[in-house]
Amino acid sequence: MNRKKLLVLVTLLLALSTVLAACGQNNGNAGSTNQGNAGTQSDKLAADQTFHINLASEPPTLDPAQSQDNVSSAVLRTLFEGLTLKDKDGNIVPGVAEKWEQKGKEYTFHLRSDAKWSNGDPVTAKDFEFAWKRVLDPATVPAPPYAYQLYYIKNAQAYNEKKITDASQVGVKAVDDKTLKVTLENETPYFLGLTSFTTYYPVHQSVKNNPKWAADPSTLISNGPFKLTTWTTGQALEVEKSDKYWDAKNITLNKITASIVDQAATEVSSYKSGQLDLAGQPIGEIPTDQIASLKSEVPNELTIKGIASTYYYLFNTTTKPFDNVKIRQAFTKAINRQALIDNVTLANQLPAFGLVPPGIKGVDKAYREENPDTVYGKEDANEAKTLLTEGLKESGLTKLPKITLIYNTNDNHKKLALAIVDMWKQTLGAEVTVQNQEWGVFLQNRRNLNYQVARAGFGADYDDPMTFIDMFTSTSGNNDTGFKNAEYDKLVKEAYSSNDNKARNAAMKKAEDILIKDNQVILPIYYYTNIQLVKPYVKDVIVDYAGQLDITRVKLMEH
Amino acid sequence: MVRYITSKFLYMLVSLLILITATFFLMKAIPGNPFMSEKQVPPQIRERLMEQYGLDKPVIVQYGQYLKNIAQGDFGISMKMQNKEVTGLITDTFGASLKLGLVAIVVSLVVGVLLGLLAALYHRRLIDNVAMVLAVLGIAVPSFVVASMLQFVFAQKAGIFNVMGFNGPLDYVLPVAALAAQPIAFIARLTRSSMLEVLHADYIKTARAKGLNWMTILFRHVVRNGILPVITYLGPMTANIITGSVVIEQIFGIGGLGKVFVSSISNRDYTLIMGVTIFYGVILMLARFLTDIAYVFVDPRIKLTNRKEG
Repeated sequence: MNRKKLLVLVTLLLALSTVLAACGQNNGNAGSTNQGNAGTQSDKLAADQTFHINLASEPPTLDPAQSQDNVSSAVLRTLFEGLTLKDKDGNIVPGVAEKWEQKGKEYTFHLRSDAKWSNGDPVTAKDFEFAWKRVLDPATVPAPPYAYQLYYIKNAQAYNEKKITDASQVGVKAVDDKTLKVTLENETPYFLGLTSFTTYYPVHQSVKNNPKWAADPSTLISNGPFKLTTWTTGQALEVEKSDKYWDAKNITLNKITASIVDQAATEVSSYKSGQLDLAGQPIGEIPTDQIASLKSEVPNELTIKGIASTYYYLFNTTTKPFDNVKIRQAFTKAINRQALIDNVTLANQLPAFGLVPPGIKGVDKAYREENPDTVYGKEDANEAKTLLTEGLKESGLTKLPKITLIYNTNDNHKKLALAIVDMWKQTLGAEVTVQNQEWGVFLQNRRNLNYQVARAGFGADYDDPMTFIDMFTSTSGNNDTGFKNAEYDKLVKEAYSSNDNKARNAAMKKAEDILIKDNQVILPIYYYTNIQLVKPYVKDVIVDYAGQLDITRVKLMEH
Repeated sequence: MVRYITSKFLYMLVSLLILITATFFLMKAIPGNPFMSEKQVPPQIRERLMEQYGLDKPVIVQYGQYLKNIAQGDFGISMKMQNKEVTGLITDTFGASLKLGLVAIVVSLVVGVLLGLLAALYHRRLIDNVAMVLAVLGIAVPSFVVASMLQFVFAQKAGIFNVMGFNGPLDYVLPVAALAAQPIAFIARLTRSSMLEVLHADYIKTARAKGLNWMTILFRHVVRNGILPVITYLGPMTANIITGSVVIEQIFGIGGLGKVFVSSISNRDYTLIMGVTIFYGVILMLARFLTDIAYVFVDPRIKLTNRKEG
């Protein structure tokens, strides 16, 4: 009996020591690999120009008309090209259009003569007219959800909503093969930027009779630097350089291969083992609990960049206790954002006090630089307590009722919610319970105002404060707070129709003041960052102001 | 016999109908729709989408329409992965799950029986003890832990295998090992105990006394008789491995059907949820059906005529 026990013990010890030995040895390996990486930066291009990435989700579609998410738009950016492009500094540069003129609400785009589809056909102005009207056509199946991105064009909304039936009244017209005339509803200062957006991409007219064209590499004809070669559902996607592309000489990569894995931890291990050249947002994910160790392990490969998205909590302004502005202000002032960022969210986010994030264009500089969010008050525990007492008195309450904070099921949202609830308890003595809800349930509850405090996040659709500001008009489908303010609506309308960018910005600033300073409808927490791992031999990965990824001009150096 | 099989088959159809009905109404009862997102789609466009997919009609009408469609073999197109047919998505992704599952089944059988046999032959000796410690570990440690450990040690640190992907034969090693660990352990224990029983049986002693070659005794009598319990375990194990490799698929980034199923639910991809549920249902029911029939052949004690009373 004793002998048997001993044997078991020895076996266990053996097993354990094998595992430990493997770990120890391999830690050493990892260290030396890193040093190796740092020392092998070279000016020479690598012989194999295949770029390996991972997509955290299957692209729901590769039809530019249907795309709404970061993953499909990142893939589409390699396959298609709009009238304009954005360079690495965010400047608008010629794409398919080599030049353009603007006269008030009218734009004339001149297409370059060497723009070609991947099958060799020339890209014409008619392809753009066809593609845009296809998005707007109420008969298109399925109805493109992002059709409203084209509503800036004259009569686009009316046509899409079946108020007019004559497609020729829509303000886009191919004058000849190489000239596209676009008439807008209002003068829209950010319209040129929109023409680089996925919904504005051209599509080949052969798609008309083939509803499944975008799911099959053989029928997906594209006009960008790459063409689709493989797409296996749930497994992998591959694009190859297109020699028909007009600027092919400036495209270095031969191939981009993407695995499709939605496990953040697997993605990071894969990156560390060298299977991936790039990991993280916006097409993948890095687990927050690994950020700290990555910062010390691979400081040169971890890039953290602010992007135009805001993380905030919504107050339901129609029920107690948050129908009182002072109570809303008290809860906003009672948290310490920097502490949350340093200890919980960990990705160097910026503390947020306003709605519009940095990185969004204003008049001359960024909107947030011209209108700092510091005017929206600061964190102050004592002031928060006073505000709460006053607020309770105004609402005729003696103490705070039971409060529930809801968020959609996600570890990061949970950690943050628990930390914030703790701060509320410490400063205000508020008893708040947190509740996670499945995505669909959560959205429905938020929309139906069936909550007290709810998590929210919003990213820019286009480079203008309006993409955030018009979310809170009383008619907006995205306003899940019950907040209705006639003055706010008026200011938004003013900004919509104004031709003067200065006046527009002033109106939007006033609207933001009403939303935050006067009414504290939302509790801003942080401005998002994009966190990414990029191998040192990878050059020219572009992440734009909104966190969209452009890898078309990537170069791989010898390593 | 025919009557027995027919009645089993009818039961199967009824269960399938119940499965379809329950899933359909439960699925519709969850709040949300396939077109929801944090950025609200304008109401006009959303209504048009609902109309195009027939989601604007009362649930009972949708149910009738769905039954009619699947009776004609039309499982519809995915509502989230545009332009992809549900049947296509299932056949595309089930291939990976099936390949992984089959290899895991074969590996668990071979390794499990071998370990069990060795343990039984060297009863209470070193090999037995090591094998049984491994078996206890195998049963006690969940497969996702095994998977993450294998991935960390052999792929990320040692760099022998790929961390993720499912392309070359080498990519099979880690997921199969993770998936097979538990069945191996179970089969090894099962084989060991039944082999031990057989080894001590009188007819083995007789055979040895007759002076038969030990190898002949081993393979003709011991293994043959000792392996029976393993065969009964084969049915449930196959179904478990093939339908249950979801977690392993996720960890190693294998685009199998399990992954598609999970995401279809959070996407409210109604047609896909139904398609995959029916597919899994049919596999499990078929396995049951075949097992029932196999019992009749294997075990003559099951009296077909007496079924109703039993």
